[in-house]
Amino acid sequence: MSEELPKGSVSRRTLLASTASLTGVAATNTLVAPAAVASPAPAVDAATSGQVSLRINGDQHTLTVDNRTSLLDLLREQLGLTGTKKGCDAGACGACTVLVDGRRVNGCLTLARRLDGAEVTTVEGLADGDELHPLQQAFIDHDAFQCGFCTPGQIVSGTACIAEGHTGSAAEIREWMSGNICRCGAYTKIVTAVHQAAGRR
Amino acid sequence: MFPFTYTRPTSTPAALAAGASGGRYIAGGTTLVDLMRETVERPDSVVDIAGLPLGGVTATRGGGLRIGALVSMTDAARHRLVRTAYPVISQALELSASPQLRNMASIGGNILQRTRCTYFRDISAACNKREPGSGCAAREGWNRTHAILGTSQACVATHPSDLAVALTALDATVHLIGSAGTRQVAFGDFLLQPGATPHRENALRPGELITAVEIPAHPRPLSSGYLKVRDRQSYEFALTSAAVALHIDGGVIRTAKVAAGGVGTVPWRLRAVERQLVGRRPTPQLWARAAGHAADGARPLAHNRFKLGLLERTVERQLRVVGGTR
Repeated sequence: MSEELPKGSVSRRTLLASTASLTGVAATNTLVAPAAVASPAPAVDAATSGQVSLRINGDQHTLTVDNRTSLLDLLREQLGLTGTKKGCDAGACGACTVLVDGRRVNGCLTLARRLDGAEVTTVEGLADGDELHPLQQAFIDHDAFQCGFCTPGQIVSGTACIAEGHTGSAAEIREWMSGNICRCGAYTKIVTAVHQAAGRR
Repeated sequence: MFPFTYTRPTSTPAALAAGASGGRYIAGGTTLVDLMRETVERPDSVVDIAGLPLGGVTATRGGGLRIGALVSMTDAARHRLVRTAYPVISQALELSASPQLRNMASIGGNILQRTRCTYFRDISAACNKREPGSGCAAREGWNRTHAILGTSQACVATHPSDLAVALTALDATVHLIGSAGTRQVAFGDFLLQPGATPHRENALRPGELITAVEIPAHPRPLSSGYLKVRDRQSYEFALTSAAVALHIDGGVIRTAKVAAGGVGTVPWRLRAVERQLVGRRPTPQLWARAAGHAADGARPLAHNRFKLGLLERTVERQLRVVGGTR
Protein backbone atom coordinates (compact mmCIF):
# COMPACT_ATOMS: atom_id res chain seq x y z
CA MET A 1 0.00 0.00 0.00
CA SER A 2 2.68 2.48 1.01
CA GLU A 3 4.61 1.72 -2.21
CA GLU A 4 1.86 3.46 -4.16
CA LEU A 5 2.49 6.74 -2.41
CA PRO A 6 4.52 9.41 -4.19
CA LYS A 7 8.11 9.79 -3.03
CA GLY A 8 8.55 12.15 -0.14
CA SER A 9 5.01 11.78 1.14
CA VAL A 10 4.35 10.42 4.57
CA SER A 11 3.68 6.70 4.38
CA ARG A 12 0.79 5.25 6.27
CA ARG A 13 3.17 3.35 8.51
CA THR A 14 5.21 6.45 9.34
CA LEU A 15 2.11 8.50 9.98
CA LEU A 16 0.64 5.89 12.29
CA ALA A 17 3.95 5.38 14.01
CA SER A 18 4.28 9.06 14.80
CA THR A 19 0.67 9.20 15.92
CA ALA A 20 1.27 6.31 18.25
CA SER A 21 4.37 7.80 19.77
CA LEU A 22 2.56 11.05 20.37
CA THR A 23 -0.71 9.52 21.46
CA GLY A 24 -3.18 12.14 22.45
CA VAL A 25 -1.77 15.08 20.53
CA ALA A 26 -4.17 17.51 18.94
CA ALA A 27 -4.04 15.69 15.60
CA THR A 28 -5.97 12.73 16.95
CA ASN A 29 -8.01 14.83 19.27
CA THR A 30 -9.65 16.79 16.49
CA LEU A 31 -11.40 13.63 15.32
CA VAL A 32 -13.91 14.27 18.07
CA ALA A 33 -14.92 17.83 18.81
CA PRO A 34 -14.12 18.35 22.49
CA ALA A 35 -17.42 20.12 23.05
CA ALA A 36 -19.27 17.00 21.98
CA VAL A 37 -17.71 14.77 24.61
CA ALA A 38 -17.02 17.18 27.46
CA SER A 39 -19.39 17.02 30.39
CA PRO A 40 -20.85 20.42 31.05
CA ALA A 41 -18.70 22.10 33.68
CA PRO A 42 -21.04 22.37 36.62
CA ALA A 43 -20.80 25.12 39.18
CA VAL A 44 -18.74 23.64 41.99
CA ASP A 45 -21.07 22.79 44.83
CA ALA A 46 -19.31 22.09 48.10
CA ALA A 47 -21.80 19.35 49.01
CA THR A 48 -21.35 17.44 45.78
CA SER A 49 -17.67 17.97 45.12
CA GLY A 50 -14.45 17.43 46.99
CA GLN A 51 -10.72 17.15 46.92
CA VAL A 52 -8.63 14.27 45.66
CA SER A 53 -4.88 13.89 45.81
CA LEU A 54 -3.28 11.36 43.51
CA ARG A 55 -0.19 10.67 41.40
CA ILE A 56 -0.55 10.52 37.64
CA ASN A 57 2.42 9.29 35.63
CA GLY A 58 4.63 10.17 38.58
CA ASP A 59 3.31 13.70 39.08
CA GLN A 60 1.41 14.59 42.23
CA HIS A 61 -1.92 16.37 41.69
CA THR A 62 -4.34 17.78 44.25
CA LEU A 63 -7.62 18.75 42.64
CA THR A 64 -11.16 19.71 43.47
CA VAL A 65 -13.58 17.62 41.47
CA ASP A 66 -17.31 17.25 41.15
CA ASN A 67 -18.24 13.91 42.70
CA ARG A 68 -19.59 12.80 39.32
CA THR A 69 -16.24 13.19 37.57
CA SER A 70 -14.82 9.98 36.18
CA LEU A 71 -11.10 9.36 36.13
CA LEU A 72 -11.40 9.46 32.34
CA ASP A 73 -12.91 12.94 32.33
CA LEU A 74 -10.45 14.13 34.96
CA LEU A 75 -7.57 13.05 32.73
CA ARG A 76 -8.96 14.42 29.49
CA GLU A 77 -10.89 17.50 30.51
CA GLN A 78 -9.05 18.79 33.57
CA LEU A 79 -5.49 17.62 33.01
CA GLY A 80 -5.28 17.62 29.22
CA LEU A 81 -4.10 14.02 29.12
CA THR A 82 -6.11 13.12 26.04
CA GLY A 83 -4.21 9.93 25.24
CA THR A 84 -6.81 7.99 27.19
CA LYS A 85 -9.85 7.75 24.91
CA LYS A 86 -13.59 7.90 25.54
CA GLY A 87 -15.31 5.23 23.49
CA CYS A 88 -18.52 3.95 25.05
CA ASP A 89 -18.27 5.64 28.48
CA ALA A 90 -19.99 2.55 29.86
CA GLY A 91 -17.29 -0.06 30.49
CA ALA A 92 -18.02 -1.88 27.26
CA CYS A 93 -15.06 -1.03 25.01
CA GLY A 94 -11.81 -0.59 26.97
CA ALA A 95 -10.64 2.56 25.14
CA CYS A 96 -10.27 4.29 28.52
CA THR A 97 -8.05 1.61 30.06
CA VAL A 98 -5.52 2.99 32.56
CA LEU A 99 -3.55 1.48 35.42
CA VAL A 100 -4.60 2.31 38.98
CA ASP A 101 -2.03 1.07 41.48
CA GLY A 102 -0.68 -1.19 38.74
CA ARG A 103 -3.99 -2.83 37.84
CA ARG A 104 -5.83 -2.16 34.60
CA VAL A 105 -9.26 -0.59 35.04
CA ASN A 106 -11.85 1.27 32.99
CA GLY A 107 -11.33 4.98 33.61
CA CYS A 108 -14.91 5.75 32.60
CA LEU A 109 -16.39 3.75 35.50
CA THR A 110 -13.91 4.99 38.09
CA LEU A 111 -15.08 7.97 40.11
CA ALA A 112 -12.12 10.32 40.55
CA ARG A 113 -13.10 11.11 44.14
CA ARG A 114 -12.38 7.52 45.09
CA LEU A 115 -8.72 7.70 44.03
CA ASP A 116 -7.24 9.61 46.95
CA GLY A 117 -3.67 8.36 47.34
CA ALA A 118 -3.78 6.31 44.13
CA GLU A 119 -1.02 5.94 41.56
CA VAL A 120 -2.38 6.26 38.03
CA THR A 121 -0.51 5.38 34.84
CA THR A 122 -1.88 6.44 31.46
CA VAL A 123 -0.54 5.77 27.98
CA GLU A 124 1.42 9.04 28.29
CA GLY A 125 3.33 7.52 31.18
CA LEU A 126 4.57 4.37 29.46
CA ALA A 127 7.47 5.69 27.41
CA ASP A 128 10.79 6.50 29.05
CA GLY A 129 11.49 9.91 27.55
CA ASP A 130 11.90 9.32 23.82
CA GLU A 131 12.33 5.61 24.38
CA LEU A 132 9.03 3.91 23.58
CA HIS A 133 7.67 1.21 25.83
CA PRO A 134 8.40 -2.19 24.21
CA LEU A 135 4.70 -2.70 23.59
CA GLN A 136 4.35 0.69 21.89
CA GLN A 137 7.28 -0.29 19.68
CA ALA A 138 5.71 -3.69 19.01
CA PHE A 139 2.47 -2.02 17.88
CA ILE A 140 4.49 -0.02 15.37
CA ASP A 141 6.55 -3.03 14.28
CA HIS A 142 3.41 -5.05 13.58
CA ASP A 143 1.17 -2.25 12.34
CA ALA A 144 -1.27 -3.26 15.08
CA PHE A 145 -3.85 -0.59 14.42
CA GLN A 146 -5.80 1.13 11.72
CA CYS A 147 -7.71 4.19 12.95
CA GLY A 148 -5.82 4.19 16.25
CA PHE A 149 -8.66 5.21 18.52
CA CYS A 150 -8.57 2.06 20.64
CA THR A 151 -4.78 1.87 20.56
CA PRO A 152 -3.94 3.69 23.82
CA GLY A 153 -6.35 1.44 25.69
CA GLN A 154 -5.01 -1.63 23.90
CA ILE A 155 -1.44 -0.74 24.79
CA VAL A 156 -2.11 0.03 28.45
CA SER A 157 -4.22 -3.11 28.72
CA GLY A 158 -1.50 -5.08 26.96
CA THR A 159 1.18 -3.98 29.43
CA ALA A 160 -1.04 -5.30 32.23
CA CYS A 161 -1.78 -8.50 30.32
CA ILE A 162 1.97 -9.08 30.03
CA ALA A 163 2.62 -8.22 33.69
CA GLU A 164 -0.15 -10.62 34.75
CA GLY A 165 1.49 -13.40 32.73
CA HIS A 166 -1.47 -14.07 30.47
CA THR A 167 0.58 -14.38 27.30
CA GLY A 168 1.25 -18.12 27.11
CA SER A 169 -0.48 -18.54 23.75
CA ALA A 170 -2.33 -16.51 21.15
CA ALA A 171 -5.59 -17.86 22.53
CA GLU A 172 -4.68 -16.78 26.04
CA ILE A 173 -3.74 -13.29 24.85
CA ARG A 174 -7.00 -13.00 22.92
CA GLU A 175 -9.04 -13.96 25.98
CA TRP A 176 -7.16 -11.66 28.36
CA MET A 177 -7.26 -8.76 25.89
CA SER A 178 -10.98 -9.19 25.22
CA GLY A 179 -11.83 -6.13 27.30
CA ASN A 180 -10.47 -3.96 24.50
CA ILE A 181 -12.63 -3.71 21.42
CA CYS A 182 -11.09 -2.76 18.07
CA ARG A 183 -13.72 -1.81 15.51
CA CYS A 184 -11.14 -1.80 12.70
CA GLY A 185 -10.45 -5.43 13.51
CA ALA A 186 -6.70 -5.25 14.06
CA TYR A 187 -6.90 -8.09 16.57
CA THR A 188 -4.52 -10.47 14.82
CA LYS A 189 -1.73 -7.91 14.80
CA ILE A 190 -2.52 -6.72 18.32
CA VAL A 191 -2.07 -10.30 19.54
CA THR A 192 1.23 -10.53 17.66
CA ALA A 193 2.42 -7.25 19.18
CA VAL A 194 1.55 -8.30 22.73
CA HIS A 195 3.25 -11.64 22.12
CA GLN A 196 6.40 -9.91 20.88
CA ALA A 197 6.54 -7.50 23.82
CA ALA A 198 5.97 -10.34 26.27
CA GLY A 199 8.97 -12.15 24.83
CA ARG A 200 11.23 -9.16 25.36
CA ARG A 201 10.29 -8.92 28.98
CA MET B 1 -25.67 11.87 36.04
CA PHE B 2 -27.35 13.68 38.91
CA PRO B 3 -25.27 15.30 41.68
CA PHE B 4 -24.68 13.31 44.85
CA THR B 5 -22.79 13.61 48.11
CA TYR B 6 -19.86 11.29 48.69
CA THR B 7 -18.59 9.84 51.95
CA ARG B 8 -15.98 7.20 52.66
CA PRO B 9 -16.51 5.70 56.12
CA THR B 10 -13.61 3.78 57.60
CA SER B 11 -15.62 1.50 59.87
CA THR B 12 -18.54 -0.82 59.24
CA PRO B 13 -20.76 0.82 61.92
CA ALA B 14 -20.18 4.22 60.31
CA ALA B 15 -21.05 2.79 56.89
CA LEU B 16 -24.20 1.15 58.24
CA ALA B 17 -25.28 4.46 59.79
CA ALA B 18 -24.82 6.17 56.42
CA GLY B 19 -26.66 3.36 54.69
CA ALA B 20 -29.52 3.46 57.19
CA SER B 21 -30.07 7.11 56.37
CA GLY B 22 -30.50 6.36 52.68
CA GLY B 23 -26.93 6.22 51.36
CA ARG B 24 -26.23 4.01 48.36
CA TYR B 25 -23.20 1.78 48.86
CA ILE B 26 -20.51 1.71 46.21
CA ALA B 27 -17.86 -1.04 46.06
CA GLY B 28 -16.37 -1.68 42.60
CA GLY B 29 -18.81 0.75 41.03
CA THR B 30 -18.91 -1.00 37.66
CA THR B 31 -22.70 -1.36 37.73
CA LEU B 32 -23.62 1.64 39.82
CA VAL B 33 -21.59 4.32 38.01
CA ASP B 34 -22.76 3.01 34.65
CA LEU B 35 -26.42 3.13 35.70
CA MET B 36 -26.01 6.52 37.37
CA ARG B 37 -24.69 7.88 34.09
CA GLU B 38 -27.78 6.48 32.35
CA THR B 39 -29.85 8.09 35.17
CA VAL B 40 -31.38 4.68 35.88
CA GLU B 41 -29.84 5.02 39.35
CA ARG B 42 -30.18 8.41 41.01
CA PRO B 43 -28.75 8.25 44.51
CA ASP B 44 -28.54 11.48 46.52
CA SER B 45 -25.79 10.05 48.65
CA VAL B 46 -23.04 7.58 47.71
CA VAL B 47 -21.27 5.72 50.51
CA ASP B 48 -17.88 4.32 49.52
CA ILE B 49 -17.32 1.01 51.32
CA ALA B 50 -13.96 0.20 49.72
CA GLY B 51 -12.17 1.02 52.97
CA LEU B 52 -14.12 -1.48 55.09
CA PRO B 53 -12.50 -4.69 56.36
CA LEU B 54 -14.64 -7.03 54.26
CA GLY B 55 -11.93 -8.76 52.26
CA GLY B 56 -10.12 -12.06 52.46
CA VAL B 57 -10.64 -15.62 51.28
CA THR B 58 -10.51 -18.17 54.09
CA ALA B 59 -11.19 -21.85 54.60
CA THR B 60 -13.98 -22.44 57.11
CA ARG B 61 -13.63 -24.88 59.97
CA GLY B 62 -16.20 -27.17 58.42
CA GLY B 63 -14.14 -27.52 55.22
CA GLY B 64 -15.94 -24.86 53.22
CA LEU B 65 -14.83 -21.50 51.96
CA ARG B 66 -15.62 -17.90 52.87
CA ILE B 67 -15.07 -15.11 50.34
CA GLY B 68 -15.21 -11.55 51.65
CA ALA B 69 -17.68 -9.22 49.93
CA LEU B 70 -14.99 -6.73 48.90
CA VAL B 71 -12.61 -9.25 47.34
CA SER B 72 -12.29 -8.32 43.67
CA MET B 73 -13.47 -10.76 41.04
CA THR B 74 -9.85 -11.05 39.87
CA ASP B 75 -8.50 -11.91 43.30
CA ALA B 76 -11.28 -14.36 44.09
CA ALA B 77 -10.86 -16.15 40.76
CA ARG B 78 -7.15 -16.64 41.13
CA HIS B 79 -7.07 -17.47 44.84
CA ARG B 80 -5.48 -20.85 45.43
CA LEU B 81 -8.27 -22.08 47.72
CA VAL B 82 -10.96 -21.14 45.20
CA ARG B 83 -9.09 -22.58 42.22
CA THR B 84 -8.39 -25.91 43.87
CA ALA B 85 -11.59 -26.49 45.84
CA TYR B 86 -14.19 -24.86 43.59
CA PRO B 87 -12.98 -24.47 39.99
CA VAL B 88 -16.58 -23.71 39.00
CA ILE B 89 -16.29 -20.40 40.87
CA SER B 90 -12.96 -19.44 39.32
CA GLN B 91 -14.24 -20.33 35.86
CA ALA B 92 -17.52 -18.45 36.30
CA LEU B 93 -15.58 -15.36 37.38
CA GLU B 94 -12.97 -15.51 34.64
CA LEU B 95 -15.65 -15.97 31.99
CA SER B 96 -17.31 -12.77 33.23
CA ALA B 97 -16.81 -9.23 31.96
CA SER B 98 -13.22 -8.23 31.14
CA PRO B 99 -9.93 -8.20 33.08
CA GLN B 100 -10.39 -4.46 33.66
CA LEU B 101 -13.88 -4.86 35.09
CA ARG B 102 -12.88 -7.89 37.15
CA ASN B 103 -10.11 -5.81 38.73
CA MET B 104 -12.71 -3.28 39.86
CA ALA B 105 -15.83 -5.32 40.61
CA SER B 106 -16.35 -6.97 44.00
CA ILE B 107 -17.91 -10.31 44.92
CA GLY B 108 -20.75 -8.63 46.81
CA GLY B 109 -21.42 -6.21 43.97
CA ASN B 110 -21.31 -8.98 41.40
CA ILE B 111 -24.21 -10.71 43.12
CA LEU B 112 -26.15 -7.44 43.37
CA GLN B 113 -25.49 -6.32 39.78
CA ARG B 114 -28.63 -5.29 38.00
CA THR B 115 -30.08 -6.77 34.85
CA ARG B 116 -28.71 -6.01 31.39
CA CYS B 117 -32.25 -5.83 29.93
CA THR B 118 -31.97 -2.99 27.42
CA TYR B 119 -35.41 -1.67 28.37
CA PHE B 120 -34.35 -1.44 32.02
CA ARG B 121 -31.32 0.59 30.96
CA ASP B 122 -33.33 2.88 28.67
CA ILE B 123 -35.21 5.42 30.77
CA SER B 124 -37.61 6.17 27.93
CA ALA B 125 -38.91 2.58 27.92
CA ALA B 126 -41.56 1.05 30.16
CA CYS B 127 -39.96 -1.04 32.89
CA ASN B 128 -41.61 -2.30 36.06
CA LYS B 129 -38.23 -2.96 37.62
CA ARG B 130 -37.03 0.60 37.14
CA GLU B 131 -40.40 2.29 37.53
CA PRO B 132 -43.01 0.06 39.21
CA GLY B 133 -46.32 0.05 37.40
CA SER B 134 -44.98 1.44 34.12
CA GLY B 135 -45.22 -1.88 32.26
CA CYS B 136 -42.72 -4.19 30.58
CA ALA B 137 -41.47 -3.20 27.15
CA ALA B 138 -39.54 -6.45 26.81
CA ARG B 139 -42.60 -8.71 26.87
CA GLU B 140 -43.76 -7.49 23.48
CA GLY B 141 -40.41 -6.04 22.42
CA TRP B 142 -37.13 -7.57 21.28
CA ASN B 143 -36.65 -10.28 23.87
CA ARG B 144 -34.10 -12.65 22.35
CA THR B 145 -31.79 -12.46 25.37
CA HIS B 146 -34.50 -12.49 28.02
CA ALA B 147 -35.53 -15.13 30.52
CA ILE B 148 -37.49 -18.31 29.91
CA LEU B 149 -37.68 -19.37 33.56
CA GLY B 150 -39.04 -17.55 36.59
CA THR B 151 -40.69 -14.84 34.53
CA SER B 152 -43.85 -13.01 35.45
CA GLN B 153 -46.30 -10.76 33.66
CA ALA B 154 -44.39 -7.84 35.16
CA CYS B 155 -40.81 -8.78 34.23
CA VAL B 156 -38.79 -11.13 32.00
CA ALA B 157 -35.28 -9.79 32.67
CA THR B 158 -32.43 -12.22 33.35
CA HIS B 159 -30.04 -12.00 36.27
CA PRO B 160 -26.67 -11.36 34.62
CA SER B 161 -24.17 -12.77 37.14
CA ASP B 162 -22.17 -15.91 36.33
CA LEU B 163 -20.77 -16.13 39.86
CA ALA B 164 -24.31 -16.27 41.24
CA VAL B 165 -25.02 -19.34 39.10
CA ALA B 166 -22.03 -21.15 40.61
CA LEU B 167 -23.03 -20.07 44.13
CA THR B 168 -26.59 -21.28 43.51
CA ALA B 169 -25.33 -24.70 42.46
CA LEU B 170 -23.02 -24.92 45.48
CA ASP B 171 -25.70 -24.04 48.08
CA ALA B 172 -23.83 -20.94 49.20
CA THR B 173 -24.93 -18.67 52.02
CA VAL B 174 -24.88 -14.87 52.01
CA HIS B 175 -23.62 -13.22 55.19
CA LEU B 176 -25.23 -9.87 55.98
CA ILE B 177 -24.79 -7.12 58.50
CA GLY B 178 -27.23 -4.34 59.35
CA SER B 179 -27.87 -1.97 62.20
CA ALA B 180 -29.88 -4.79 63.85
CA GLY B 181 -26.93 -7.20 63.66
CA THR B 182 -25.75 -10.03 61.45
CA ARG B 183 -27.72 -12.74 59.69
CA GLN B 184 -27.30 -15.35 57.00
CA VAL B 185 -29.52 -16.05 54.03
CA ALA B 186 -29.38 -19.15 51.82
CA PHE B 187 -28.34 -18.12 48.32
CA GLY B 188 -31.50 -19.62 46.87
CA ASP B 189 -33.54 -17.23 49.03
CA PHE B 190 -31.35 -14.18 48.49
CA LEU B 191 -32.13 -13.24 44.90
CA LEU B 192 -35.86 -12.81 44.31
CA GLN B 193 -37.96 -13.78 41.34
CA PRO B 194 -39.86 -10.77 40.01
CA GLY B 195 -43.46 -11.79 40.59
CA ALA B 196 -45.53 -8.61 40.80
CA THR B 197 -42.66 -6.66 42.38
CA PRO B 198 -39.65 -6.83 40.03
CA HIS B 199 -38.10 -3.76 41.67
CA ARG B 200 -37.47 -5.96 44.73
CA GLU B 201 -34.44 -7.93 43.61
CA ASN B 202 -32.95 -9.38 46.79
CA ALA B 203 -33.53 -10.05 50.46
CA LEU B 204 -31.40 -7.14 51.70
CA ARG B 205 -33.12 -4.93 54.24
CA PRO B 206 -32.62 -1.17 53.91
CA GLY B 207 -29.06 -0.29 54.85
CA GLU B 208 -27.84 -3.89 55.05
CA LEU B 209 -24.46 -4.88 53.65
CA ILE B 210 -23.15 -8.18 52.33
CA THR B 211 -20.07 -9.09 54.33
CA ALA B 212 -19.20 -12.42 52.69
CA VAL B 213 -20.43 -15.45 50.81
CA GLU B 214 -19.81 -18.88 52.26
CA ILE B 215 -19.66 -22.09 50.30
CA PRO B 216 -20.30 -25.16 52.45
CA ALA B 217 -18.13 -28.26 52.41
CA HIS B 218 -19.16 -30.79 49.80
CA PRO B 219 -18.25 -34.47 49.64
CA ARG B 220 -14.87 -35.05 48.01
CA PRO B 221 -13.63 -35.64 45.42
CA LEU B 222 -15.77 -32.96 43.82
CA SER B 223 -15.41 -32.16 40.13
CA SER B 224 -16.85 -28.84 39.08
CA GLY B 225 -16.86 -26.44 36.17
CA TYR B 226 -18.70 -23.66 34.36
CA LEU B 227 -19.71 -23.42 30.72
CA LYS B 228 -20.91 -20.14 29.22
CA VAL B 229 -22.46 -19.82 25.77
CA ARG B 230 -22.46 -16.37 24.22
CA ASP B 231 -23.00 -14.44 20.99
CA ARG B 232 -19.27 -13.75 21.01
CA GLN B 233 -16.59 -15.79 22.68
CA SER B 234 -15.55 -13.35 25.40
CA TYR B 235 -16.59 -10.13 27.17
CA GLU B 236 -20.28 -10.86 26.78
CA PHE B 237 -23.20 -11.93 28.93
CA ALA B 238 -24.52 -15.48 28.74
CA LEU B 239 -27.25 -16.67 26.43
CA THR B 240 -27.10 -19.87 28.45
CA SER B 241 -24.65 -21.20 31.00
CA ALA B 242 -24.26 -24.20 33.27
CA ALA B 243 -22.55 -24.64 36.62
CA VAL B 244 -22.00 -28.31 37.43
CA ALA B 245 -20.49 -30.00 40.49
CA LEU B 246 -20.42 -33.79 40.78
CA HIS B 247 -19.22 -36.16 43.48
CA ILE B 248 -18.70 -39.56 41.91
CA ASP B 249 -17.69 -42.41 44.21
CA GLY B 250 -17.38 -46.07 43.36
CA GLY B 251 -18.50 -45.37 39.83
CA VAL B 252 -21.80 -43.88 40.99
CA ILE B 253 -22.90 -40.25 41.09
CA ARG B 254 -23.51 -39.56 44.79
CA THR B 255 -24.02 -35.80 44.64
CA ALA B 256 -25.02 -33.61 41.72
CA LYS B 257 -25.32 -29.82 41.85
CA VAL B 258 -26.47 -28.15 38.65
CA ALA B 259 -27.58 -24.58 37.96
CA ALA B 260 -28.14 -22.52 34.84
CA GLY B 261 -27.56 -18.89 33.92
CA GLY B 262 -28.78 -16.62 31.15
CA VAL B 263 -32.18 -18.24 31.22
CA GLY B 264 -33.78 -17.27 34.52
CA THR B 265 -34.90 -14.13 36.28
CA VAL B 266 -32.61 -15.50 38.99
CA PRO B 267 -29.88 -18.14 38.70
CA TRP B 268 -31.81 -21.33 38.09
CA ARG B 269 -31.20 -24.50 40.08
CA LEU B 270 -31.90 -27.55 37.94
CA ARG B 271 -33.29 -29.97 40.52
CA ALA B 272 -34.95 -32.18 37.91
CA VAL B 273 -31.59 -32.70 36.23
CA GLU B 274 -29.94 -33.48 39.55
CA ARG B 275 -32.61 -36.08 40.38
CA GLN B 276 -31.86 -37.89 37.13
CA LEU B 277 -28.18 -38.10 38.02
CA VAL B 278 -27.96 -39.10 41.66
CA GLY B 279 -27.52 -42.81 42.27
CA ARG B 280 -26.71 -43.59 38.65
CA ARG B 281 -23.53 -44.48 36.81
CA PRO B 282 -22.18 -41.76 34.51
CA THR B 283 -22.71 -42.56 30.84
CA PRO B 284 -23.18 -40.40 27.75
CA GLN B 285 -26.79 -41.56 27.67
CA LEU B 286 -27.32 -40.44 31.24
CA TRP B 287 -25.97 -36.96 30.54
CA ALA B 288 -28.35 -36.58 27.59
CA ARG B 289 -31.34 -37.93 29.49
CA ALA B 290 -30.71 -35.71 32.51
CA ALA B 291 -30.05 -32.61 30.41
CA GLY B 292 -33.36 -33.22 28.70
CA HIS B 293 -34.94 -31.87 31.87
CA ALA B 294 -32.91 -28.65 31.92
CA ALA B 295 -35.67 -26.54 30.42
CA ASP B 296 -38.52 -28.11 32.39
CA GLY B 297 -41.14 -25.47 33.07
CA ALA B 298 -39.62 -22.92 30.69
CA ARG B 299 -41.90 -20.43 28.96
CA PRO B 300 -40.22 -18.90 25.93
CA LEU B 301 -41.03 -15.45 24.58
CA ALA B 302 -41.35 -14.44 20.94
CA HIS B 303 -37.61 -14.33 20.23
CA ASN B 304 -35.92 -16.66 22.70
CA ARG B 305 -37.38 -20.10 21.99
CA PHE B 306 -33.87 -21.13 20.86
CA LYS B 307 -32.78 -21.03 24.50
CA LEU B 308 -34.77 -24.20 25.29
CA GLY B 309 -32.59 -26.43 23.13
CA LEU B 310 -29.47 -24.41 23.73
CA LEU B 311 -29.87 -24.79 27.49
CA GLU B 312 -30.29 -28.56 27.22
CA ARG B 313 -27.17 -28.85 25.08
CA THR B 314 -25.21 -26.52 27.35
CA VAL B 315 -26.05 -28.64 30.38
CA GLU B 316 -25.37 -31.93 28.56
CA ARG B 317 -21.96 -30.76 27.41
CA GLN B 318 -20.95 -29.51 30.84
CA LEU B 319 -22.13 -32.73 32.49
CA ARG B 320 -19.86 -34.59 30.06
CA VAL B 321 -16.95 -32.27 30.74
CA VAL B 322 -17.25 -32.41 34.52
CA GLY B 323 -18.42 -36.03 34.72
CA GLY B 324 -15.52 -37.18 32.60
CA THR B 325 -17.35 -39.81 30.59
CA ARG B 326 -17.47 -38.66 27.02
